[in-house]
Order: sequence, then C-alpha cells, then structure tokens
Amino acid sequence: MTFIAPIKFAIDLLAVLLLALGIKGLSKVRSAREANRLAGIAMMLAAFGVLLNSQGTIGISINSWIWIICGTLIGGLLGALTAKRVPMTAMPEIVALFNGCGGMSSLLVALGVALFPSSGGSDGVVGELIRNFSIVVSLFVGAITFSGSIVAMAKLQGWLSTPSWTQSKARHFFNIFCAVLALIGGIYLSIDGQNGLFLIVIASSLLGIGVTLPIGGADMPVVISLLNSYSGVAAAAAGFVVGSQLLIVAGAMVGAAGLILTQVMCDGMNRSLVSVLFGGALGSSSVASGGGGEYTNITSCSPEECALSLEAAERVVIVPGYGLAVAQAQHTLREVTRVLENAEIEVTYAIHPVAGRMPGHMNVLLAEADVPYEQLKEMDVINPEFPATDVVLVLGANDVVNPQAKTDQSSPLYGMPVLDVQEARTVFVVKRGMSAGYSGIKNDLFDLPNTSMVFGDAKKVLGDLLLELKDLGVGSKG
Amino acid sequence: MSFFSEALWVLLLGSLLGLELIGKVPPTLHTPLMSGANAISGITMLAALTLIIKSGDNLPLLIIGSISLGFALFNVIGGFLVTDRMLAMFSRKKTRK
Repeated sequence: MTFIAPIKFAIDLLAVLLLALGIKGLSKVRSAREANRLAGIAMMLAAFGVLLNSQGTIGISINSWIWIICGTLIGGLLGALTAKRVPMTAMPEIVALFNGCGGMSSLLVALGVALFPSSGGSDGVVGELIRNFSIVVSLFVGAITFSGSIVAMAKLQGWLSTPSWTQSKARHFFNIFCAVLALIGGIYLSIDGQNGLFLIVIASSLLGIGVTLPIGGADMPVVISLLNSYSGVAAAAAGFVVGSQLLIVAGAMVGAAGLILTQVMCDGMNRSLVSVLFGGALGSSSVASGGGGEYTNITSCSPEECALSLEAAERVVIVPGYGLAVAQAQHTLREVTRVLENAEIEVTYAIHPVAGRMPGHMNVLLAEADVPYEQLKEMDVINPEFPATDVVLVLGANDVVNPQAKTDQSSPLYGMPVLDVQEARTVFVVKRGMSAGYSGIKNDLFDLPNTSMVFGDAKKVLGDLLLELKDLGVGSKG
Repeated sequence: MSFFSEALWVLLLGSLLGLELIGKVPPTLHTPLMSGANAISGITMLAALTLIIKSGDNLPLLIIGSISLGFALFNVIGGFLVTDRMLAMFSRKKTRK
C-alpha cells in the first residue's frame, strides 16, 4: 500500500516531463513526429498511474472496470476511425470537433461531481467553496468550448450560415444576457453546490453559440485555436474538481500554449483578437471605411493563354491560397507543376503565413500532394525573388497578394505582411469571380497591366491548364 | 487548504511553462501543433477515470463518467492519430530526398 503513492508520484512527474518535451518538440519540424508520440505515451502513462493508484488504495470495482472499458473502447474507436477517414482539407473542422469533445468531457465530470457530491470529487482535500467554484469554472468553460467548437465546425463545413441578426448590435445584448445568467447560476452554485447547475450549463452553451456564430469563416481558425486554449483551461478546472495536479499542469500548459498560438495566428492575419471576437464578420463595415472603388482595368484570359506564358517561362512561382484548399485542387496543381518541372522550368511555392484555411494548413495540403518540402518558400525568403520571376500563378488567394497593404495607408489591410507578386513580369490570378477576399476590400493587383485574371474554380482551371500544357508538348520530352 | 495552495502554484508554473514552450514555431507546424495541443487537452480523461472509480455503485454517475471518458478518448486518440498523419507527410518528404 505504502509504496503505491511514490510510484504514482513518479509516473505523474514522468508524464508531465514527457508532455512538456512533446509540446516543445512539436514546434520543430525534425522532432515533431517523435514529440507527438512522446505526448501520446505520456497520456497513456498518466492514465496507467491513475488506475494503479486507485487499484492500490481504494480498489476498482468490477462495475467500474466495465464502464471504463466501455467508454474507452467506444470513444477510442470512434476517434481512431474519424482520424483515419477525414480528408486533409477538413482539418480545421476536425480539430474543432475533437476540441469540443474535450470540453464536453470536462463539463460532464463537473456535472457528475455537482450532482453527486458525496461520491465523486476530492472530498476533504479541497474546501467546499473552492470545489464548488472549480465546478462552476469547469462547467462554464467546458460548455462554451463544446458549443463554440460545434458551431465552428458546422460553419466551416457549410452546414450553418451567418444569420443576419448576429451581425447587428442585438447579439451583444444576447451574449451579455447569457453571460449574466451564467454568472448568477455560478454564484448560486458556488454558495450551496446545488442550485443554478443547469442554468450555468444552458446559459454558457448559448453564450458559446452566440459568440461563435457571428464570426466569418476565414477568422474561424483563430477561434478554434482560442477554444483549444479554453479546453485546456476546462481540463485544469476539472483537475481542481477531482484534485489531480497532473491535470492542472497539463491543462495549464495547453491553455497557455494555445493562447500563444492564437496570438501568432492573429499577427499573421493582421487582426487583433478583440476584433475577431467582437467585430463580427469583416466586410459589412470595412468596405465603406476605405480601399473601396471599382475595378477599371481588368484583363481576363483563357487557360490556353496562361499555358502559353507558362511554357515560355523560366521561373514560375505558385501562390496557393484558401480557394485552392476549398477547391481541393492541390493534387491537380502538383500534376501541373510536374509537367513544368519536366520542361526544366523552375517552380517554387510562395507560402504566406496564413495561406490555406489555417496557418500551416497549406504546407500540410501540399505535402499530401507530394510537393517537395524544399520548394515551399516562406514569405520573407520569396519576396526578394519576385522581380526575377517570369510568371506568378495566384490560386485562390486574394488579400495576401494585395499591394494596398504596403501602399495605401487608408486601407484596412495596411501593415499586413503580403507577397509582392506584382514585382513579377506576369501575374495570373485564378479566381472564381470578381468577389472580394474575406476582408471585403478591392485588390489593386487585379487592375495592374501585368495581371491577367483566369476565371473559374481552381481545380477546373488547373485541369484545363494541364490539358493545354500537354497539347503544347510541354515537358513531354522527358 | 494545502492542496489548494499547492495546486495554485502548479497552475501558475504550468501556465508559465506553456507560454515558454511555444516560442518560435515555423508556420508549417502551426496546424499540427494546434492539433497536438488539442489532443493533450483530452487529459481530462484522467478526471473521468477518477469519477468512475469513485462512483461505486451509483449508476447515473457511472454513466456520466463513462460518457465523459468516451468524449475525452475521442479527443485524445483522434487528436494524436490525426497529428501523426499530418506529420508523417513531412517526414516522408525528408527521407525520400
């Protein structure tokens, strides 16, 4: 009996160490995969520690084992299946879904302890008031994480649109109302541990929906990252509820790391966290505020003309963006670049920090399509090379190639880091139509004399381009 | 109160550690990092386990705990596997070169 506690302690320490090393390693390309496994091992160790400790001290009944195995099998199998099946383009949604479930788990733990104070929890270890307060935090953050993540996922999947009332001032009243209700419930529950329980759960769930629903699709990754941070907080709160320091450390680490990551993402998009959360979808307000105006000098061309220019080029830079990810055209793109490479045309990819549907997503998508890692150039590396580039192919990117960000101080985009594609000799922009990017701002690039628009879905245009290139006999000699 | 004050220290130091761990991240790794951190937040499965173990014969509590455990493991297993899938694509490039 007595030697179990030190063993459990050692396991916990080891698990925390491995988790920290895991998070650290995940931030370097070379060590990332190992680090991910390390973190997985740490989680298994931690679970083993809890089971060992309980078996050695209070014992685990057969009944408990049955329910543990049921939960593990069902949750684990569903998780594994989802992870194997999901396409790489749906990554933001799936992270949101997983994240929501983590929040739900914390919520349920707190709910269980609140409903049956005598059986669960850490009686005698934590004071009554503190335990109730931890339950409140866990319920509140857990519910927001769950409902917010599910709304985020539904919006990214296109199952939910943005209702118009959420763009008006009414949503602020709705959210404040929900927050006040949750606060009232929280105070009740903190005091007597019974009343206000469901008031908190319902009010904070509604708050999660109310806050997430008005946010536009392009800002959603920031929200998911923030909710990811919340689910860490929820786990830490659950740690206070059941009296587990390991949970508190791990939750706090994820919470803090998530905040940093959220900040990094915001910086990349030149958006402040406040404007993402409370500004609603961009567009309605910013169109009027500047950078507007009509296009005067649009040149449009066919895939055939584009293919002719590509054939004559020596250096081609591809700028992939959100539109490419949405059209799932990364594989077709790879075929086009293979043809170009066979014709000994130098092809590189210019990756804006927020290209794709969330930062780093484009790298994953291109890696999936077999694009060599060395061909992906980051913005600071590729920008000086544009003047020596013959053809730039912009695929479904818009705001990240808008020269306004450097030239027009009145533009809302001013100051955002952009790719200087206009420096190249010829720019082709593949785009579905003349609609603005998510910032809702006119793109001066489209008006420049060296820019041609190729209208159409990225996947279809690239397919046509591939046929045209083959007709021209490009790259077929090898 | 000793657990509580210790736990507050743990919370504080854990948060500081988290802030420090992610200093410079290449943009390539933002998505995998987010997904990996997300998997770790499923650590709340420990709380679910504790809940089930302590619930004795209380059936509603066993059910709540079990559902909670299921949700947490969905998060953990799915999160780690999906992160591994993404990272595998990077490492494959490295070795083939």
